[in-house]
Amino acid sequence: MRLPAHGRHNLTRILGGAAICLVVGWLLVKGADDTRQFTVVTLNGLTLAALFFVVASGFTLIFGLMRVVNMAHGSLYLLGGYIAFELQKGSFQKGGGGGLENLSITSPTGGAGEYNVIGWIVPVLLAALAIGLIGVLIQQLFLRWNQGQDLRQALITIAISVILADQMLAEFGGIAKDIKTPESWPESVTIFGVQYGFFRLVIVTGAALLVGVALWWLIKRTRFGLIVRAGVDDREMVSALGINISLVFAAAFFVGAFLAGIGGGLGGTMVALEPGEDTSFLLNSLIVVIIGGMGSLGGAAIGALLLGLVDAYADVYLVFGDTDLTNYSILVTFILLVVVLAVRPLGLFGRPA
Amino acid sequence: MTHRLLGRKHSARPSVRALDRADAIGWGILAVPLLLILFAPLVFSEFFVSVILTKALWLGIAAASLIFLSSYAGMVSLGQVGLYGIAGFTMANLVAADDGVAAAWNPWLAVLAALAVATAIGLLFGAVSSRSQGIYFLMITLAFGVMVYYFFSQVTELSGFGGVNNVDLPNLIGDPGKDPAPLFYVALVASLGVFFGIRYLARTPFGLAMQGLRDEPDRMRALGFNVTLHRTLAFAAAAFIAAIAGVLSVWYNRRISPGSVNLNQTIDVLVIAVIGGLYRLEGAWVGALFYALLDNYSREYTPDIGNFLGPERFNTLIGIVFLVIVLVSPGGLVGLWERGKERIRAASGGSRSRAGPAAPDMPPVQEPVP
Repeated sequence: MRLPAHGRHNLTRILGGAAICLVVGWLLVKGADDTRQFTVVTLNGLTLAALFFVVASGFTLIFGLMRVVNMAHGSLYLLGGYIAFELQKGSFQKGGGGGLENLSITSPTGGAGEYNVIGWIVPVLLAALAIGLIGVLIQQLFLRWNQGQDLRQALITIAISVILADQMLAEFGGIAKDIKTPESWPESVTIFGVQYGFFRLVIVTGAALLVGVALWWLIKRTRFGLIVRAGVDDREMVSALGINISLVFAAAFFVGAFLAGIGGGLGGTMVALEPGEDTSFLLNSLIVVIIGGMGSLGGAAIGALLLGLVDAYADVYLVFGDTDLTNYSILVTFILLVVVLAVRPLGLFGRPA
Repeated sequence: MTHRLLGRKHSARPSVRALDRADAIGWGILAVPLLLILFAPLVFSEFFVSVILTKALWLGIAAASLIFLSSYAGMVSLGQVGLYGIAGFTMANLVAADDGVAAAWNPWLAVLAALAVATAIGLLFGAVSSRSQGIYFLMITLAFGVMVYYFFSQVTELSGFGGVNNVDLPNLIGDPGKDPAPLFYVALVASLGVFFGIRYLARTPFGLAMQGLRDEPDRMRALGFNVTLHRTLAFAAAAFIAAIAGVLSVWYNRRISPGSVNLNQTIDVLVIAVIGGLYRLEGAWVGALFYALLDNYSREYTPDIGNFLGPERFNTLIGIVFLVIVLVSPGGLVGLWERGKERIRAASGGSRSRAGPAAPDMPPVQEPVP
């Protein structure tokens, strides 16, 4: 990698440092005004980051090993959410239950108290499994035979995402849906003196931590992970050593898509499922991995944290005196991207291919 | 390697080579539609001129900005729709209109401002993204493009609630609803200007350096060229071209909304570029014409297959077409055309050696590996 001239490098650093100081200072000033609000906003950012991490870790895993930019990742996220929603509504409703065939009959307006814990976990896991299989199908049918042509593969997954988005619109309509939480889970918990949503704080954050630890274990401690890490560095050598790299690729694609599906279940409960969410989560995944560095799990975690916190703070604290600039919050995300790319074109933890 | 530095590799028709029979047949077949397009308002119905041809012309310019970058600079950008959205929204806000700022400037002055703003932002986008290459560049520009959409969705001061409507048009264009011919000719002149402008730019020292960077970035760097600067300037030039498309799109629709610059539109322009052939400039307009025809007539003829396919499911249709093109012929329709000419050459026993390497039949869709 080419290093910029020394003077410019220092200037970028000084400017970056100054910008960070300004932002932190502003947050401290605002936070001191209303500490309760600050806590809530920070928790918003952290839980959002947890969701971003679950989705983006699958995206970065697939890229890290196969150099495939899966542009259909957002569509897989949304489809996972929809499948979990339909499964929950169709098969796990207390009392009214009765198989997938009554999908259209069961009322969509169920309260939060109609499902038990199984009625949330099983649909989400089943949907994620289905998405994992769809991912493997996509990889086997469309991507396997043109390995190495990264642009062509990106175009293929874009085409698939167009088709999936349109089919989901036809199948599930344009009205926002959400997956219901089980009745046994509390609405909220008290933390740092504020009431905060139980699902966001415990389930989503817990799932993100679980995914992070499981992926870390999978990649650093298992034979599969050993092969994956070796494959990232030198694919040809790994297959020359007699390892069935095609199988490893299929497995990695399964895990990546599975994580998109899990993300869909979490996001479908925490936010909502509607057309456009696929774009939104594709963008989030892109930003997370551009910031963190493609293919790096730690980078995805840092990227998700930065994006989640910046999103949450910008939504609330972009008010200067009487001028309310919260409309312009996307610009802050843009600036974050620009600053990171100016200092590290490959992302914080990115390595040249 | 010299021919690659001179940029013959991707340019469609090497000028060194004399016209052979296949080319003659090709031009003969092409002459008819070209003449038809020149006199389109006399030949076709007003509906066809407006809904098919004018739309194809401005969509073609948008696709040309993408193809310009991919074919001459080796950069596949998905940020072009974002840039044309910036131009479109700038102009729509500066002239008299319903919603938006409605500053009521002279329309031509607003056009200049729109082109300047979009080019300046293109320079910024380019400066940030042009240090990245290949698939990274694609992702960063896509993120920028989608961010532009979210920006205009959120900032309702600039986009109104549901778009800026009834945008004031220059007197030259009159009312396209009554007479589509003036807007058609404006779009035609703009398209020709963009086409020949790009061809000219490719032959300037800057254009040659750009193609050198596409093929051999390390070698060019060793020769003392500033790689990042050239890529940034190429991106700004493409932003200018995209801005022209943005202005025309607002004149064509008389409105612009965040929905006109969303991810779907980005993908549509990409589809057009890929259908036309990602590495062939003339493919931009071929792809756009194909797209406009498909957009308009497929709704009548698409069979209903349950929920899966039908008049409502245009995006599924275009997605399938896109998928098939990428899977089967990465060179797009123009690639098929070139292959057809190869067939004629082969059939007429033309084993004559060709001076200068011609365009590859199936250009690699991935970026040239440095």
